Amino acid sequence: MSERIYLFTRFERFWHWMQAALIITLLVTGFAIHGSHGLLDFRTAVEVHEVAAWLLIGLWVLAIFWHFTTGQWKHYVPTLSNIDRMVKYYAYGIFTGAPHPYKVTVERKHNPLQRIAYLGVKLLINPLVWVSGLVYLFWGRLQPLMPDGLGLQQVAQLHTLGAFLMLAFLIIHVYLATAGHTPLAHIKAMITGWEDVHDEGGATAKPAAPARH
Amino acid sequence: MSVRPNRAASLLAGFCLLLLATLAIASTGTADHSKFKELQGPFKSGEEVTAACLACHTEAAKQVMATRHWTWEYVNPDTGQKLGKKTMLNGFCIGDRSNEAFCQSCHIGYGWKDETFDFTAENKVDCLACHNTGAYRKLAGFAGHPPYERIEFPPKSGKFVEATDLASVAQSIGATSRRTCGACHYFGGGGDGVKHGDLDSSLNKPDKALDVHMAADGLNFTCASCHKTDKHAVAGSRISMTGADPHGAIMRGEKTDRNPATCQACHGDRPHKGNFQHSERLNDHTRTLACQTCHIPEFARGGVPTKMGWDWSTAGKLTPEGKPFQLKDDRGHVIYDSKKGDFVLGENVQPDYLWFNGQVSYTQPDTRIDPATRVAINTFHGTPGASDARIWPVKTFHGKQPYDTEHLTLLVPHTATPDDTAFWYNFDWPKALQAGADATGQPYSGKFDFVETSMLWPITHMVAPKDKALDCAQCHADDGRLAGVPGVWMPGRDRNAMLDTFGFGLAGLMLLGAIGHGGLRFLTRNKRKEH
Repeated sequence: MSERIYLFTRFERFWHWMQAALIITLLVTGFAIHGSHGLLDFRTAVEVHEVAAWLLIGLWVLAIFWHFTTGQWKHYVPTLSNIDRMVKYYAYGIFTGAPHPYKVTVERKHNPLQRIAYLGVKLLINPLVWVSGLVYLFWGRLQPLMPDGLGLQQVAQLHTLGAFLMLAFLIIHVYLATAGHTPLAHIKAMITGWEDVHDEGGATAKPAAPARH
Repeated sequence: MSVRPNRAASLLAGFCLLLLATLAIASTGTADHSKFKELQGPFKSGEEVTAACLACHTEAAKQVMATRHWTWEYVNPDTGQKLGKKTMLNGFCIGDRSNEAFCQSCHIGYGWKDETFDFTAENKVDCLACHNTGAYRKLAGFAGHPPYERIEFPPKSGKFVEATDLASVAQSIGATSRRTCGACHYFGGGGDGVKHGDLDSSLNKPDKALDVHMAADGLNFTCASCHKTDKHAVAGSRISMTGADPHGAIMRGEKTDRNPATCQACHGDRPHKGNFQHSERLNDHTRTLACQTCHIPEFARGGVPTKMGWDWSTAGKLTPEGKPFQLKDDRGHVIYDSKKGDFVLGENVQPDYLWFNGQVSYTQPDTRIDPATRVAINTFHGTPGASDARIWPVKTFHGKQPYDTEHLTLLVPHTATPDDTAFWYNFDWPKALQAGADATGQPYSGKFDFVETSMLWPITHMVAPKDKALDCAQCHADDGRLAGVPGVWMPGRDRNAMLDTFGFGLAGLMLLGAIGHGGLRFLTRNKRKEH
C-alpha cells in the first residue's frame, strides 16, 4: 500500500532544477577560468560564468522572497533529534533493508540531515560564493574601499573555496538522490512534485518515507 | 620613331602629376613657398637656406634650439641624471662622442663635428631635415650637412649621390612626415629598425595590420599626429615616459600638462566599447595594463628585422687578405660584420612584459659596473601593483661591449670617422678605445674586456587593429605571456596549490564515499528485497 503526497510545488521544482543547471554551469565554467580543465576557452568561460551568476542571483532573490512569504523557510530549521537514527540508517540500515527512519510529510519535507545540509548551503556556501563573486566581479571599482591586506588574491581564493564546498555538496546530493526506495524515486518526485510514500509491507513497520539528502 | 609620341605623352603626364603634387602640398597651407622670391636661390649651403627661412619664421630657430633635437642634452626630471644623445650609452653603436661627424647626420643642425660646434648660431639649425618633402638626405660622415656636390657614397662604393638642389627642397617644404621623422628615428643604432623594434622604415607606408593609426590607406597619421608639437618641442620621449595615464581624453583646447602622445590622450582610460559585459571588463584592465600590452602583440612586424643582440667582442675578424667582411643569413640580413661583430636579429618578436611607471635610470659613462653579471644599461622602474605603474611591453636587447677592467666603466669606442684610430678603419681596439675615452673625458686605464649588457626599449608603436589584439587566454593561462609578472592576481594563471589540493581532495573523498556506499547498496540489494 502506498500513498501519494504532493511534496514539491511548481516553484520549488523550477527553483531546484534551475539552480542545478546554473550551479553545474558555474562549476564547469568556473573551473575552466581557474585553469583546471580546457573544455572551454577562457573568454567564453568568463562570459558564461558571469551571465549564469546573475541568473542564479536573480533566482536566489526570488527564492528567498518565496521562502519568507510562504513560510517554507521553516523546513530548514535545524534539529538534532533523531539525527543519530538518520546516520545509523545511512551507515547500516540502508544495506540491511531497514525501514527509513523518517516519515516525510508536507509539513516536514526534510529529514534532520537534509535540514542541516541545506541550511549549510544557504547560510555558508551560498553567501560565501555570492559575496566573494560580486566583489571579484566589481573588483575594479571596489578595490579602493577594501581594507588593507584584502587583495584580489584573497577574494579569488574565498570564491574558489566556495566552489569546492559546492562541488562536494553537489556530489553527495546527487548520490543521495539515488538512495530512495528505488534509485529514481526521489528524482521522479523532484520532477513531478508527487512523492510515493511506501508502506514497505511489514505490518509493524511505520510507513517509511524515502530520504532526500 | 613610333616610340617618340608615347614618351612625350608620358613625360607630359609625369609633369602634370608633379604639378598636381606640388599644388597638393601648397594647398595644405596658405603659402606656396615656391612663389617666394627669397627661396629662389641659388643656395650654396644649408645655412643659407636657414637664413632665408628665418627671415620670415623669426622665432623658429630659437624654438628649435630649446629642444633636445638641438642640444642632445636632457636632464631627466625623474632621476636628475644628465642624459641626451651627446653622452648617453647604449648597447648598439655605444656612444656618440668621437663619432660626431658620422652620428650627427641625425642632428637637426649643420656642422656639429666636435665640441667646437656653436650651439648659439641660428643659421646652423637645419629646417629642411624635418620639413623637406623629398630629395633631401643628410649623409653619415658630413656632420649634418647634405651633399652640396655629387659624391661617391658610401666612399669607394662606386655609388654616387647627386648634389642637393637646395632651392627646390626649400620651395617644396611642408609639414613633418613619417618619412622625415623616420629618417633618423627608424635608423638609430646604425641601420633600419636596429634599436627600437617598433620603429622602422616599414612605417613609411604601413598597412592597417602593421599600424592601425598610420595606415596609408586608413587614418594615415604622421608621427606628429600623436607627438603633438608645440613651439617645435615634440611631446613624448622614451627617456622619461608616461607610465600610466588614468584620465579621460584631452579635450581640444584644454589647458593641461598631460603628455599628448599617450593612447589615453585621445582614447581616454576606458576606451573599450561594444559588448557591454566584455568592454567593461577590458576597461577594468586599464588599471593594470598599458594599452600597448594587448594592442601590440608583436613588434618588428613590417618585414624589417630589429637587432635583439649585438656582440662587439667578435668584431675585427678579417679575411686572409686582411679585408673586413660580412656574413648574411638566408634572407640576406647581415649577421656578422667585421666592423661591428655578431648580430642576433628578430622579426615579429613577442615582447617581454614588466611593471613600468615611466621612470628610467641609465648606466652612465661614469657609472661603476659589476662585470660578473649582465649590466643593465637602462632600468625601467615601477612597483608591481602600484597605481602609478602599468604592465608594459618591452624589447629586451642583449649586448656585449667594451669596458674598462680597472675603472669598471663602460667604454665608448671611436669607430666611424675615417682616421688612424677609428675601429672601422683600423680594427684596433686599444687605439679606438683610447680615442673614445679622450673624447668622453672619462678616465681610461688602457685595460679593457667585453661585458654582457642589456637594454630595454618600450614598445609603443605598430599598434595592431583591434581584432589582432591579445586574446584573454594569451595571458590568463599557465605559461601565458605574463607568466613571470608579479603584483597581479590573474585567474587562469594563479591558483593556491594548497587550496586546490584540499578542494579536489574533498570532492574526491565525497566521490569515493558515494561510490563505496553505492557499491555496498548494490551488493546488498537482494537482502533488502527479502523484507
